[in-house]
Parts: sequence; structure tokens; C-alpha cells
Amino acid sequence: MDRTRDIKKEIKASINYALPIVVGYLPIALAFGLLSKNSSISIRDTSLLSFLVYAGASQFMAIDLIGAGVASSSILLATFLLNLRHMMMSASLAVELKDIPKKYIPLVAFGITDETFSVISFNKEQISLWFVLILNSLAFASWNIGTIIGYGVGEILPATLQSSLNVGLYAMFASLLFPEVKKSIGILFIFIVSALVYGLLYYSKIFTGGWDIILGVIISSIFGLFILKKSRGGSEN
Amino acid sequence: MKSYLFLIIGMAIVTYIPRLLPLLALKDRKINKNLEDFLGLIPYTSLSILIVRGIMTADSQMKVATLVGIAAAALVSYIKGNLVLSVLTGILFSFIIINMSV
Repeated sequence: MDRTRDIKKEIKASINYALPIVVGYLPIALAFGLLSKNSSISIRDTSLLSFLVYAGASQFMAIDLIGAGVASSSILLATFLLNLRHMMMSASLAVELKDIPKKYIPLVAFGITDETFSVISFNKEQISLWFVLILNSLAFASWNIGTIIGYGVGEILPATLQSSLNVGLYAMFASLLFPEVKKSIGILFIFIVSALVYGLLYYSKIFTGGWDIILGVIISSIFGLFILKKSRGGSEN
Repeated sequence: MKSYLFLIIGMAIVTYIPRLLPLLALKDRKINKNLEDFLGLIPYTSLSILIVRGIMTADSQMKVATLVGIAAAALVSYIKGNLVLSVLTGILFSFIIINMSV
């Protein structure tokens, strides 16, 4: 077996699969870097958020909550709850990545995002150490480079473009969520229930400072359990 | 500028642990089905809430642009299933709306 040729093939495949993630991450990371700068957060802290935390939605949320003067403990709890979904992804990857040596698992685990998880999960036949590491590295690199570019020169973009780039984040959430409706109509009901629950929590103003999100997620996930049980017709998910 | 170093390290830890632990530990262990379903629903409910929150907390002049951008991205992703294309379409639509109202 020609080993170098195999590795070359794997590298090529992983670059191909990483490309959509890279293109998708750059404008969002750019928006993040810019928003962070506009929220008076230093370049060091902004880069560290992307480099150490590396979780898009929670980075935006943290900036939002920092700006609102929310306590660190609440931000940590909100971050934990928001990123808890990676636990299920990590658990499901544990089965797929069983051939990967254990010493690489801490590195592979760090790179788990909604996007890398999706690409890896839907290309099970491609899975190898090289494929996963290159995919994760390219996604990570684009997120970090985008963050620094956004912080550095994001403001040379017109104000209207900056505002629309910020919408990119929500566009990403919607793009991840709505195709799932094809798999189960229950997802649509879960969206509606979550929207109603959060709307009630938001306008009641009893819970603020990130707690509205945490409670919203917990309450609507419990409601979701019932929806799931009703819509589940033999098959999983 | 205030330093948020400790907060960021804390965020890194609480983010990394859920990414790492199941991969390391969960080999043959079975978790409670209801808990598994509950955890599995968190991506859906949290994304739903973030989307709704994004619209509700947007500045009044950004509300329509945000809503249209999200709707366009949702529609394109539903039809094409392409994340990049959907995000760019969402940005483009909101850009058009913002420039129309300026």
C-alpha cells in the first residue's frame, strides 16, 4: 500500500470539505472581531476568546453579556449551557472516531463545533486522523484569522455592511436549524415552543442577564421531550 | 481596557470539558434515555432562542433587516442545504434592506 499517496488523498479531501466552513466562518469571525472592538474589549482578549473558547455563539453572547454588565458567574453558566450541546456531538463522535489513537483525542475534541461535527458525521467514510485534524485546523485557523482581521480593519467596511455581517450569525443559526425540519416536523414545533417560551420570559422581565436564555433553553427542551415523544415514529431523531 | 482573562479561561474550560469528556469517557456506558433526549434537544432550543432573541433585541431600524436576513438564510438552507450560500444570502438580503431604509 502506498502510504504517502493515501495521506495526500486524505489531505485533499479534507481541504475540500473544510472550504465551506472556512468561507462561512470568515465573515462571522470578522463580525465578531469588529463587535468585540466596538464593545471596548482588548485585542488580546478578543483573540483569546477565539483561540481558547472557539465557540461562535457563546463568544457573541459573552460580549453581549459583558456589555450588559452581567456577573462572570452568570456568563460562565450561560456559556456552559450554550455549549453543552457539544457533549452530545462528542458522545456521538466517540463511536465514529474509535480508530483514532487516544492521545489525539484531546486535540480532536477541542475542534468540535456544530460545523465540523456535521461535516465529520455526514462523511463517515472519510474519517481518519488526517481528515479530522486538517478539517478542524482549517476551521480553527479561519475563525482566528477572521477575528483578528475584523478587529484590525473591520471598520473600513461601510457601517451598513458591518450591520448586515452581524446578521450573518443569526443567518448561520437559521441555516443550521431549518434544514432539520426535513428530518422531523417536530423540530418546527420545538422552534415555535422555544420562541413562545423565550418571548414570555423576555417580556416578563423576571429573569434577566442571561438567565432568560438558560431558563428558556431548559424549559423549552423539557417541552421538546414531549413533542419528540409524539413525533417520533420508530426511527431515532 | 478591562482585562477579561480569567473569565475567558473559565469560558474555555466550561466549553472544552463538554467537548472532551464524552469522547474520552463514553465508550460503552449507557446514559438515561430522557437525559440523552433532553441534551439532544439543547441545540434546537438554544438555536431557536438565539434566533428569536436576535430579532427581539435588534435595534428598531435593524429589526426588519435581521428578520429578512434570517428568513432568507432559512429558506435557502432548507432548499439547498448549503451553509455558506445560506449565510451569504442572509447577509446580502439584510444588506439590501438596510441600504433601502437608509
